[in-house]
Amino acid sequence: MRKKMFEVFAAAVTRLAAAITLAVLLFLIVFILIKGLPHIKPSLFEFEYNSVNVSLMPALISTIIITFVSLLIAVPLGVFAAIYLTEYAGRGNKAVALVRITTETLSGIPSIVYGLFGMLFFVTALDWEFSVIAGACTLAIMILPLIMRSSEEAIKAVPDTYREGAFGLGSGRLRTVFRIIIPAAMPGILAGVILAIGRIVGETAALIYTAGTVAQVPADLTRSARTLSVHMYALSGESLHTGEAYATAVVLLVVVALINAASSMAAKRLGGKM
Amino acid sequence: MSAVFLISALSSILAVALICVFLFVNGLPAFGKIGVFKFLLGTEWSPNDIPPQFGIFPMIVGSLYVTVGAIIIGVPIGVLTAVFLARACPAKLYKAIKPGVELLAGIPSVVYGFFGMAAIVPLTDSSILSACILLGIMILPTIIGLSESALRAVPEQYYEGALALGAGHYRSVFFIVLPAAGSGILSAVVLGIGRAIGETMAVIMVAGNQARMPKSLFEGVRTLTANIVIEMGYAADLHREALIATGVVLFVFILIINLSLSAFNAKHGKGWG
Repeated sequence: MRKKMFEVFAAAVTRLAAAITLAVLLFLIVFILIKGLPHIKPSLFEFEYNSVNVSLMPALISTIIITFVSLLIAVPLGVFAAIYLTEYAGRGNKAVALVRITTETLSGIPSIVYGLFGMLFFVTALDWEFSVIAGACTLAIMILPLIMRSSEEAIKAVPDTYREGAFGLGSGRLRTVFRIIIPAAMPGILAGVILAIGRIVGETAALIYTAGTVAQVPADLTRSARTLSVHMYALSGESLHTGEAYATAVVLLVVVALINAASSMAAKRLGGKM
Repeated sequence: MSAVFLISALSSILAVALICVFLFVNGLPAFGKIGVFKFLLGTEWSPNDIPPQFGIFPMIVGSLYVTVGAIIIGVPIGVLTAVFLARACPAKLYKAIKPGVELLAGIPSVVYGFFGMAAIVPLTDSSILSACILLGIMILPTIIGLSESALRAVPEQYYEGALALGAGHYRSVFFIVLPAAGSGILSAVVLGIGRAIGETMAVIMVAGNQARMPKSLFEGVRTLTANIVIEMGYAADLHREALIATGVVLFVFILIINLSLSAFNAKHGKGWG
């Protein structure tokens, strides 16, 4: 009898917990959609931002620019680092242990600390001022561990027979890496990159004091600009523009949903291939 | 070309070194000027008074309160949801819930903050409680995702062995599989703590941000992270240094948390997951 009671009780609590999670998720999404959808208007997507029309278009463009520049810095670094760790480093290499510790450290640092560092280093010490490039460099460091880890896992998942086959056909190590291993690991690397895009799009604290909060499309990389998330934070402080803030939230939700879908598609391709 | 690979691999070491150097060089002088104890344990933060007071103890306490609250709310719900997903969920339902949890993980913190402002604050004011609830929700995907993979990594024989000894389904899961996944779940909780203590924007939007010692759950509170973002925009001189020093304190907290987890994992083995 007691045995039965535990089973019933445990089934109830686990179901309840899952139901709470699901309810929170649905409530959040429905809440944002109901409040935000009515405020999605064509004027929000006009190229010009001014005090009358707080268009989110410049922020959307800035988001794309900052994402692109951050990836341009972090993806080669992360993928090359992963290649070193998996294909070149010998067993018991001391540097490898240090790389792992520091990568783990980086992935635990909160974004506001990245923001502080970016402000002290890129903005002040290098005198880049509040700029797209300062923000992008800060974010590049922030996403580096994510790219490194996902690339490393993807490369590790490439079967050794691929390498042996390439070596057997007379290909050198470098050619094997670029012609065989990277293409085979591509879906996994891509899934990591897409997750990194998600982190960049959602970032605020690391950008406020590095890229600044100017609401115009930046003329070049040395100008300040705000991403959608920063835009939304700025609007949330002004009670006049609550509707526009909700609309921005809807746009962000849609972007995140698309990013997640793309990432799991890439991951699935990896699963199918191997 | 292998040199390029090596240099890339060293970039994370360089990044950590730069972050440490720049934070400590800019933040540590404030400790000397204000006094270590006055800074860390001082209960008054009033940078505009003459003479100014720079005590961050209320913010340290604030960060601890909201983090503990988030864990109390997020961990039981998260771990139990993970148990459900890994051990009790019909495949069709799983296909609906899993992407939902991933979506929760991807939602930007400003969106959470805005949701908190509009949906939680009207019920519980801008208070510690609001921040705990919101952070509890925000750490859910971290806890669920990692706990689920830890649970799935436990060999099926553990569960089957328990069943064979006469335990019921849930008894086997809760008393055999769950403890076996313990270290993975511990990692999940520690990452959740890291996320909660480091969260900035969402907390600012719901916690009220008063820089004084909180007396009850329903009072406003300011966290270490909030202190930096709110005042950095106009701070100068010692005030600015004190804010950077606040960042140093936060950074050291996070380092201690992460290092103790790695030490624990190194000692006890990573276990399953």
